[in-house]
Amino acid sequence: MSRFLAPALLIALLLTTWEIACRALDVPVYFLPPPSAVALALVDRAPVLAASALQTFRMALEALAVSALLGGGLALAVSLSRPAEQAVRPLAVALQVTPVVAIAPLVLIWAGLDHADRAVVALAAAVAFFPIFSGVLTGLKSAEPDLERLFDLYGASPLQRLTRLRIPAALPFALEGLRVASGLSVIGAVVAEFVSGSGATQGLAWRLLESGNRLRTADMLAALVCLMVMGLALSGLVGLIERRVRAHLS
Amino acid sequence: MADIVAALTGAVVRYPDRPPIGPLNLSIAAGEIVAVVGASGAGKSTTLRVLAGLERPSEGQAVTAPPGRTAFVFQSPTLMPWADAQTNVALPLELAGTPKDEARAQAAVALASVGLGERLTARPRQLSGGMAMRASLARALVTQPDLLLLDEPFAALDSVTRRHLIEDLHKLWAGRSPRPAIVFVTHDVEEAVYLAGRTVVLDAVSGQVAVARPTPGEAPRPAGWRADPTYRETVEALAAALAHAMPDRVA
Repeated sequence: MSRFLAPALLIALLLTTWEIACRALDVPVYFLPPPSAVALALVDRAPVLAASALQTFRMALEALAVSALLGGGLALAVSLSRPAEQAVRPLAVALQVTPVVAIAPLVLIWAGLDHADRAVVALAAAVAFFPIFSGVLTGLKSAEPDLERLFDLYGASPLQRLTRLRIPAALPFALEGLRVASGLSVIGAVVAEFVSGSGATQGLAWRLLESGNRLRTADMLAALVCLMVMGLALSGLVGLIERRVRAHLS
Repeated sequence: MADIVAALTGAVVRYPDRPPIGPLNLSIAAGEIVAVVGASGAGKSTTLRVLAGLERPSEGQAVTAPPGRTAFVFQSPTLMPWADAQTNVALPLELAGTPKDEARAQAAVALASVGLGERLTARPRQLSGGMAMRASLARALVTQPDLLLLDEPFAALDSVTRRHLIEDLHKLWAGRSPRPAIVFVTHDVEEAVYLAGRTVVLDAVSGQVAVARPTPGEAPRPAGWRADPTYRETVEALAAALAHAMPDRVA
């Protein structure tokens, strides 16, 4: 009970303070609108925001699927050969440490301005790739050494070892990676959309930019609230799946 | 002379960062029980792994049982946490290509033989330490091995559970036909003398077999045998030999 009560109380307290401060100090609405104005904007612009949220959500989800497929697949392939792992790991790290903002303009050119959404998906996938790749690879090598010896002793084939030992052992790690990646894919999608800028994609980031250019601060905050809720929902969903699978596995 | 199931002849195992183990000379006859004792670092686990064929000696020869005829019980139960007891025990048979239904049926029989017939669907975390070790033993016995290797399997258990398991292992071994050969590593001389027909002391300094001493009497031993003077004598003699084979012995 108090798990939900304590944060709810804190949020209520912050919002009330914010509301009172705005009114008492006569803060201009374009500078900092009170929570009530943000709530009104949320209701007013609900159809637009919902459509934009759906688009950002779709792009983030696509990116997550692409990165899970590529990251998981590559980790699986690389785990079969030590030289392959040594060859690929530095490249994967290089991809991780390169800021997504910096490669966004390039990817936009390659995708073509008519397909800005593809560029957004590709960039978000690039950000979400590493935690999945790294998680799956670590997981595949996490089986107890004595269990690996047992498989040696009974002459298990590489395929048997993979399906009966390494993949089940890797699952919790893969899901942990997926949870981190789900948060990153939203961030990646928003950053990429910011860079693509001109309304070629009409996700939540575009709503933020658009409202900002018109100094409609309440609308900006409303879009931000949508983004937060979306991020929480996505990571909550993956977290739920993770707990289910973990309970099943151990 | 009984058939030899595994043998080491002048086997030396070298490591990059510690003194070599060996040369070891040791042959295991069909159906006998051999205990291996020695200080830590004397090469007890290495000896077992070489006998299992999991490690090759750098020099000398190791003759091992044919593939699939050796079973290994590790220090920890080493069960797959995501699979129930029956699936864990059926694993060696399934890896060898036994059809799934048949493997599971044999696994159920093996689990019943170690007293876990009611816990087929239990996950490892739902089993106590002693039960998990029994499941591990069932997994080793399910393939009807010629050679069973045990690496301090009872070290982590409390003394009551431990004594129970040792006596059960003895009964399981005696009840099989043909009996598998057993080589087990222990740091407990009393355990070694009670269970084994022959105890081998590995010298921690030279990395070789220091003493090999047979235990008098025939297995299976009666329950009260631990009070017998010949048992005490053998334990004392081996404890002295073990103390002599320790690295910090007083010259």
